[in-house]
Amino acid sequence: MHDADIKRHAPTLVPGTSLDKAVKGTYFIIADIPHGLHKVQLIRLGISIGDKIICLQRLPGGTIIIQKNRQEIAIGYHLAREIKIQYI
Amino acid sequence: MAKSDIIEHKEKHRHIEPENPLGLDSPRAKVVLAGNPNVGKSLIFNYLSGVYVDVSNFPGTTVAITKGSYKEYDVYDTPGIYGVSSFNDEEKVAAEIILEADIIINVVNSLYLERDLFLTLQLIEMGKKVSVILNFADELKKRNIKINAKRLSDILGVEVINTSAVSKAGFEQLDYAIENARMGKQNEDLHKVLHNFLNRVGSQAEALLVAEGDEYISRKHGVEPGSADDREYIYIDRRNRVNEIVSFVEVEDTSKGRFFNLFGRLAVNPITGIPILLVLLSVIFFLIGDVVSQRIVNFTENTIGKRYFEYYTKLLVAEYASTDITVNLLDDKENVEESKTFRIPDGFSTAVEMKNDFRKISRLPNAETEYHFHNPFVRLFFGEFGVITMTITYLLFLLLPLVISFYIAMAMLEDSGYLPRLATMLDRTLNRIGLNGRAVIPILLGFGCVTMATITTRLLTTDKEKSIANAILQFTIPCSAQLAVISVLLSGAGFKPLFIYVAVIFTVMISISTFMNKVLKGAATPLLIDLPIMRMPKLDNLFKKTFFRTYGFMKEAYVWFFVGALLIGVLEITGLLFVFQDLLAPVTTAWLKLPKEAANAFVMGMVRRDFGAAGLFAIELTTMQITVAIITITLFVPCIASFMVMLKERGIKEGLIVWFSAWILAFFVGGLTAQIII
Ligand SMILES: Nc1nc2c(ncn2[C@@H]2O[C@H](COP(=O)(O)OP(=O)(O)OP(=O)(O)O)[C@@H](O)[C@H]2O)c(=O)[nH]1
Ligand SMILES: [Mg+2]
Repeated sequence: MHDADIKRHAPTLVPGTSLDKAVKGTYFIIADIPHGLHKVQLIRLGISIGDKIICLQRLPGGTIIIQKNRQEIAIGYHLAREIKIQYI
Repeated sequence: MAKSDIIEHKEKHRHIEPENPLGLDSPRAKVVLAGNPNVGKSLIFNYLSGVYVDVSNFPGTTVAITKGSYKEYDVYDTPGIYGVSSFNDEEKVAAEIILEADIIINVVNSLYLERDLFLTLQLIEMGKKVSVILNFADELKKRNIKINAKRLSDILGVEVINTSAVSKAGFEQLDYAIENARMGKQNEDLHKVLHNFLNRVGSQAEALLVAEGDEYISRKHGVEPGSADDREYIYIDRRNRVNEIVSFVEVEDTSKGRFFNLFGRLAVNPITGIPILLVLLSVIFFLIGDVVSQRIVNFTENTIGKRYFEYYTKLLVAEYASTDITVNLLDDKENVEESKTFRIPDGFSTAVEMKNDFRKISRLPNAETEYHFHNPFVRLFFGEFGVITMTITYLLFLLLPLVISFYIAMAMLEDSGYLPRLATMLDRTLNRIGLNGRAVIPILLGFGCVTMATITTRLLTTDKEKSIANAILQFTIPCSAQLAVISVLLSGAGFKPLFIYVAVIFTVMISISTFMNKVLKGAATPLLIDLPIMRMPKLDNLFKKTFFRTYGFMKEAYVWFFVGALLIGVLEITGLLFVFQDLLAPVTTAWLKLPKEAANAFVMGMVRRDFGAAGLFAIELTTMQITVAIITITLFVPCIASFMVMLKERGIKEGLIVWFSAWILAFFVGGLTAQIII
C-alpha cells in the first residue's frame, strides 16, 4: 500500500538525502517516513510521502523548519534525520 | 487492513449513541468545541458560555476541559488535537469528551484547511453530529484566499459557516450551526469495516478508534486494537481524501502562499534569535525591575501603603489600644537624629494633647514610626507582621502592581506567536537535558505562575519529559509574585547580586535536569510543532487575560497570606517562633550566614514562596545576604497550590520526593553560595 502511495505521485527524482540535511530555500519531495507514531502524527499535520515541501530554515544542530502550503512546521533533528527527501 | 476484514453491512445497528430528547428532566445536550490547536476554540467558547478561559497564540494553550452553559446546552472547551487518538494526555482528555458529545462544533483554521480537515473527516467518520466553523476568515481575506463553503458543505454533508472569532464576525450563525449539526457523508468502505467492531464496542465512534489501533479505547472494551498498519492505511486514505477536498474548495489568488513573516524567521534562528531574546528580556527587565519595582511600587507601597493606609489604620487602633509609639527622625544618611516615645496606656482617646503632638511630628517627611501594642491580639492583627496590616500592604501595594506587570509581559509573549519559535530555537539545547523545545512553553509560563505551568506540562509527550519539566518548575522557577519581591529586594543593588542569583539558579536548573536525564530512562521525543503566524498582541485580550489572572492570583494569595500571617503571629506570641529560630540557628547563622530571624522567612515560605520572600523585608540584610536569602527561598519548597497540582499531575510519590528534596537542595545550595560570597 505504501508503494502505491509513492507511485501515485510518480516523481522522477535525483538521489535523495534526509530532511535534517535539507538546504534552506529549496523545494523537495518527501520520499519516505519510517512507520510508526511519527508517521501518523506527520500525516495528521498534512505531511505525507510524495508531498512537495520547502525548507525555510536549517538551524545549527539540525532542527528544520519546513513549510507545506501555508503551514510552517518545526521538526527536531532526530525526527528530521529519519525522513528521507529528494530534491526536485 | 486486508480485504477479508471487511464484512457484510448488517442493517440492524445503532449509528449514534442513544440520545436524550431535550425534555425537562433529561440531561442537557453536550456541545463540544473540537479542533486543531490554536484555531480559536477557546475564544468561541468564551463567547458562548461567558466563562473565561485563556486564549493565546501558541498550540496547546488549553490542556483541560472547561464546561460552560449556553442556552439549553452544556458547552465544552477542549484541548486542541490534530486527530482523535490517545497519543498523549491532552489527546486522551479530548478524545473522551468527544466520544461523549451529542453535538460537535468543529472549529477549523481556514488558513490551514489541509491540516484541519483531517480531524473533520475523522469526526464525521465517527458518526458524530458535526458542524464545521471556518474560522480566521479575516486572515483569509487578507491573503486573497477563497474557500467555497457551500461546496465544502456538499462534500462533507454537514453545515459549514464562516467566522472571524477575534471580531466575532459570523457568530450570529453559531446557533444555526449548533441546531443543524448532523451526521455527515460516510466513507462507504470504511463504514462497512466499522460494522465489524460495532457489535463489540457499541458506538461507531469507538469502533473507528479501535480500528485505528487506539489501545486506550480498545482496552476499555476488551477488544484487540487494529494494527499499526491498519491505522496507517486509514490515515493515508483519509489524508488523500482531505487533499482532494481542499483542491476542490480552495482558490488562492496569489501564487502558493509564501508568507513573509520576517520577525518570525529572525526569531527562530540563533544568530538573530538570541539577540532578539536578549533584547526582549532586557526590555522586560528594565520595565519591571526599574520602572515598576522602583518608581511605581515606591509610590504604592510607601506613600499609599505606609503613609496612608498603615498610618491611619494604626492610628485608629491606637485610639483605644494600650501602646508605646516611638517616632524616629532620620537624617540624610538614615541615622536616627532625634527620637521621641509616646506612652499611651489607655490609647489616644484619653490623651488628646499627646495625639496632636504625635500627629505633627510623625507627619514630618523624615519620620519613622514604630508601634508597640501591648495586647498580643492587637499585635497579631496590627503589629509588624500584623495579619491585617501586613497582608494588605504586601498584597495590594507591593505585589499587585508588580504581578500585573509580569502578567502583561507574559501575555504579550503568549499572544505574539513568539513562544513556539523560541521553542524551536532552543530545541537542540534542550535535547541535551532530555527535553525537546516544546518544554520551553511550560517553563516560561512558570515565570507567570508555577501552578498553572505545572498543568501545562501535559503538552509534553513522555513521562520522563514531564518529570524533568515539573522538577525544573518546582525547584528553580520563581513565579511572578516571587519575582516581584525579588526585584524589589534587588532593585538598586546593581548587577552583581542579580548576576550571582541568575547564575546559581541556572546552574541548579542544568544540574537537576542533567541528573534526571541520566537517571530516568528513555530519550527525548523529537520536536514537532506548528508555528502560528506572528502578530501584534491584541489589547483587549491582553487586558482580559491580565485581569483574570490577577484576580485569580489575588483570590488565592490573600487567603494564604492571611493564614501565613496568622501562623507567624501565633508562633510569635506563643514563643514557638523563637524556639524554631534557635533550632534552625546553626543552619541560618553558620551555614547560610543570615541573621537568626531569617528563619521566619522559611516558615512563611512553606506557605507560599512569595510570602516567604516578602518575610525578608522585615530583616536588616546586606546585599550579599539578600542574594543568599533569595536563592534559598527560590529553591525552597513549592507553594501549597502548586504542590497540590503536582501531586495530582505527577503522583504522590514523585510529588513528595520533589517536596522533600527542595528542603535539602535549597539549604545546600544557599549555604554553598553563602560560604563563597559572604
Ligand atoms: N486573526 C484571527 N485570529 C484569531 C481568530 N480566532 C482566533 N484567533 C487567534 O488565534 C489564537 C488562538 O486562539 P484560541 O482561542 O486560544 O485557540 P484554541 O483553539 O483554544 O487553542 P488551543 O487551546 O491551543 O487548542 C489567539 O491568538 C486568537 O486571538 C480569527 O478568526 N482571526
Ligand atoms: Mg484553547
